[in-house]
Parts: sequence; C-alpha cells; structure tokens
Amino acid sequence: MIRRFSKPISPSAKREERIFYLFILPWLIGLVVFSVGPVFGMLGLSFTDWRISLDDLQFIGLDNYSKLFADPIFWTSVGNTLYIVVGRVVFGVSFALLLAVLLNQRVPGIAFFRAVYYLPTVTAGVAVALVWIWIFNPRLGILNYTLKQIGIQGPDWIFSKTWVKPSLIIMSMFSVGPIMIILLAGLQGVPKELYESAEIDGAGRWAKFRNVTLPMLSPVLFFVIIISVVSSFQNFTEIRVMTEGGPGESSNVLIWYLWENAFIFLQLGIAAAVAWIMFVILMVLTGIQFRVGRRWVYYEVDS
Amino acid sequence: MTARKQKEGVAWRQSKEGRRVIGIVLTFALLIPLGIAFMLPFFVMLSTALKPLNQVFAFPPRLIPETVQWENFADGWYGYGYVNFTTCTWNSLKITINNIIGNLVSCTLAAYAFARLKARGKNFFFAIVLATMLLPNEALVVPQYVLFNRFGWLDTHLPLMVPPWFGWPFFIFLLRQFFLTIPEELVDAAKIDGAGHARILLQIFIPLSKPALATLAIFAFIGNWNNFFGPLLYLRTPDVQTLPVCLVQYQGAYGNTEWHLMMAVATIAVIPVLLIFIFGQRYFVEGIATSGVKR
Repeated sequence: MIRRFSKPISPSAKREERIFYLFILPWLIGLVVFSVGPVFGMLGLSFTDWRISLDDLQFIGLDNYSKLFADPIFWTSVGNTLYIVVGRVVFGVSFALLLAVLLNQRVPGIAFFRAVYYLPTVTAGVAVALVWIWIFNPRLGILNYTLKQIGIQGPDWIFSKTWVKPSLIIMSMFSVGPIMIILLAGLQGVPKELYESAEIDGAGRWAKFRNVTLPMLSPVLFFVIIISVVSSFQNFTEIRVMTEGGPGESSNVLIWYLWENAFIFLQLGIAAAVAWIMFVILMVLTGIQFRVGRRWVYYEVDS
Repeated sequence: MTARKQKEGVAWRQSKEGRRVIGIVLTFALLIPLGIAFMLPFFVMLSTALKPLNQVFAFPPRLIPETVQWENFADGWYGYGYVNFTTCTWNSLKITINNIIGNLVSCTLAAYAFARLKARGKNFFFAIVLATMLLPNEALVVPQYVLFNRFGWLDTHLPLMVPPWFGWPFFIFLLRQFFLTIPEELVDAAKIDGAGHARILLQIFIPLSKPALATLAIFAFIGNWNNFFGPLLYLRTPDVQTLPVCLVQYQGAYGNTEWHLMMAVATIAVIPVLLIFIFGQRYFVEGIATSGVKR
C-alpha cells in the first residue's frame, strides 16, 4: 500500500483518481456523517450520564456498563435475543432451504410459486404484523381454529410467556424470501456433472442431497445464516406492534431494550451503551463472514 | 390387483419415467399447501377488511365473508379524527420517491467509480463498503437521533430524506457487480471518441443497466414504504406521519376493537407494495440472487 502511494503516476491517471474520489464523495460524506461519526459519538456518550440534554454531561466512566450488566432485564433481553436468533437460524434457514429445494424442481408453474413464497417478505411491515395479532388470537384466530379441527388445543401464542418467542419465530418464517432466493441461486450453481456422477455411483435423492448439495452449498448456507442472525437483531416492528416486549419481559429483545431505554425511560447513556454492544456484535459477525466466507461467497475484492 | 399388475407397478415406480412422475407429484404435494399457507395472512386481512364488525368476532372464523361490506375501506380511511390517512399516504409517497432518486443517483456514481475507475485507496474504500453492507441502521439509531436533533431536523422529513442521497452500501455493491459485466470494449470505444467518464456513465452504463437500476428502485420502494423505525423515531406531529405509523396510531386509537376497519386500511397500505412486487418480480429475484452468490 505504502509503496503504491509513493509511485509516481501519469497526469491522466491522476485525473482518473480525482474523478474516482469525486464520484464516491457522496457515499464517503454519508459514511463519515451518518455512520462513523455517530458510532464514535455513541461510544463517547456511553461513558456519560446523558439523559436528555447534551449540555451538561458528566463523565461517569464505565458506570452505564456496570448498571447495564447489573440489570436483570438486560440479561433477559440478551437471552430472548439469543433464543430468537437460534430459532430463526435453525428453523428459518432449514425452512428456506426446503423451499429453495422445492423451487429448484423442474415442474411447470414454478415461477408462480416463487412469487407466492416471496410475497410475505415484501409486505412484512406494520400492516401484516397487525394481521398476525389476529391470526394468533387464542380464541378467535384462524390458527387455533385450524388446530382445533385436527384435535389440538392451541396455546395462547403471543399472549403467553412461553409461546410468544416461538410465535415470533413462526411468523418470521413467512419472510425468509431473501435467504430462500440466495439458497436457490446457490442450488442452481451446483455443477450438474456432480449429480450425474453421483447417479452413476447409484446415489438416491437423499444421498445426492447429503453428499453433493449440502457440501457444495455450505458457503452460501454460511452467508444466509449470518444474514438471518443480523436480521434477528432488527425485528423491531413486530415487537412494537404486537407485543411491546411482553407479556412480562418475555419478548423483550435487545432492540426493544434499546428503544425503551432511549426513548421511553430517556436513559440515553445506557441506551448508547446497549447500542455500542449491539454494534460490536454485528461487526464481529460481519468480520466472521469476511474471514470464513469471502473465498467462496464474495468472489474477488479487487478486479 | 393381480400379482402381474403389481409387479408392473413396482417396475414403473423404479423406472426413470416413474421416478420423475413421482417426483413431480411429491413436489406439488408440498408446493401447493405451502403456497396456501403463505397467502393465508393476505386472505385473513382481506376477508376481515370486507366483513361487518359482528362477523369479525363470529366463531368459527370464516375466510369468506357472509356479507361483503365495501364501505369498510372508506370508513377506515376517513374513520378516525386525528389519523389522517390521506396526509400519511402523501408523506409516505413523497419520502419514498425522494429516497429512490437519491439512492439511485448516489449509488450509481459510487458503483461506477468502484467498478471502472482506477485509484489508489480504492480497495480500502471498497472493503469499507463490504464491511458496512450488513450493518443495520438500528444499531446507529441513538447517535443519529442526537445528530439530527442537533441539526434541528426532528419532526421534519429531513432525517428520512437526506441520508439516501449519500449512498447505501448494499446498493453500491449490487450495482458495481452489474457494472463489472459491461464489456470493456464499449468503454474503450467511447474513450477513443473522446467521451469523459460522465458521458460514459450517462450514455453507456445507465442505459445498459436498466434492469439493475429497476431492481434497486424496487428494493428502495419497498424498504422505504414499509419503514417504521425511522418515522416512529423522528416524527411527532400527525401532519408529518407516514403510513405505517398511522396504522399503529389507529391500532391504539381503537383499542383493538374495530378490526374490520383497521384491516381495510392495512389492505390499502399493502396494495402499492403488492403491485410493485408483481410487476417487478423478476428484477427483484435476480437482484437478491446476486447479493449472495459468486459471479
């Protein structure tokens, strides 16, 4: 890098370089003003007793962090987040893989099904979260009614402390669209010859899936697992619209804990500490994705 | 069934043709029920939106309303004093369109630079694009709130409408991927004709990248139209609210009782996204596939 910087370059190359920086300037400004600046500001503020006004801040060192770590609700929300992350990775990703395998079959009308399966993802938002409250209604909802028809007494879903997290995981399985499509593209990228030679060796459907598809797909699988972990940290809409962290604290996840502290309890210093912790977790995940996944997933960085 | 026929059946099932047919049947046996399950939330939404209130709470629940009450849409829309859906929709539309244009302009410039221009430090900056690609905005919301507060932007649309003009890593990445596929010879030919980078971008890259730009526009539309976190955070007064926030206020206002009206407005809110998705489906799917798989 340093050697390359000191290399003399021609005037035309210099002009191209100026244009390069001119073109990336908007992004660069945005990066500094809206991301990098705030991140370090946040780190600084997490060491202060900041409540509402920024005008008389006291430096309180690591007090926010020790308060945070002493708060049982913080740990509940960490546990809840972990629960949902694991649920979404285990059930969401395997479900998306099942869908991708189905959509990879050569049958007529497959594009239609692909659209249908993707649809709930694009409409995921407040409107559909409201519908889900209704679907999960223990007495009148369609879910428990359907279960009753097959002889099962359904639980109270989002109104129950034990079932609220599974409910949110079930609901998230309706918006696995992006990871389904990424897996599908991955499946289509597996070389046909591998299947052919597996067939010659007498492999059946399952053996082919187990020994050819899964290993060939592992980098993509890895990538979608990272994506679904990251998106598990973002599930604010459902929590705000459907449960508000309840019943009790049983669906209080980190992003809700952050929101409550920042904008309801006005404990902004503590919220900044939570945000900083979240940021570190997410950057670590991205780092892992880079290290482990870049060779297969992200192709070349310089071309 | 005679023994001979049974034997033939087994032979057929094991033949190549037989296995293929069984495979297709099995596939549909899964595809169709799953498809119905995926559509269920929409059926529930639409059917509740069309029912009179007394049927909403009827048991057993019916997907097809006994009587269809179209007035629900108008009643819901104009139904509640301080939730003005017309204003909210207008605000959502304004923000969404601005953000699509802002994203397209800023990301096209950056993507062209990363795909086609040589410069020292390029790899370093591109690594930053990749590193920030997965970072959700939620993690930065507290400090951004402080920042916009300092700017005096709270309760205006500026915190939502300005940042999109400063690029978005995911879009820059997708567009750059697309720009890399445009043949170098076209660029060289244009350079010989004396075209500068601005002209190459405008006259070669943008016309050739319509599918990719359409993909981005669709992503941006859906993301911004559904955005709930930002508006909830930055907007206070009813006049500036966006549609998702309006829907939630409606929920609070009615204490969860007027479900038929709420579902009616929810249906209206979802329609633009549905239309965009149906017409832009192909672009959408291709765009997402690009993000995860090596090219």
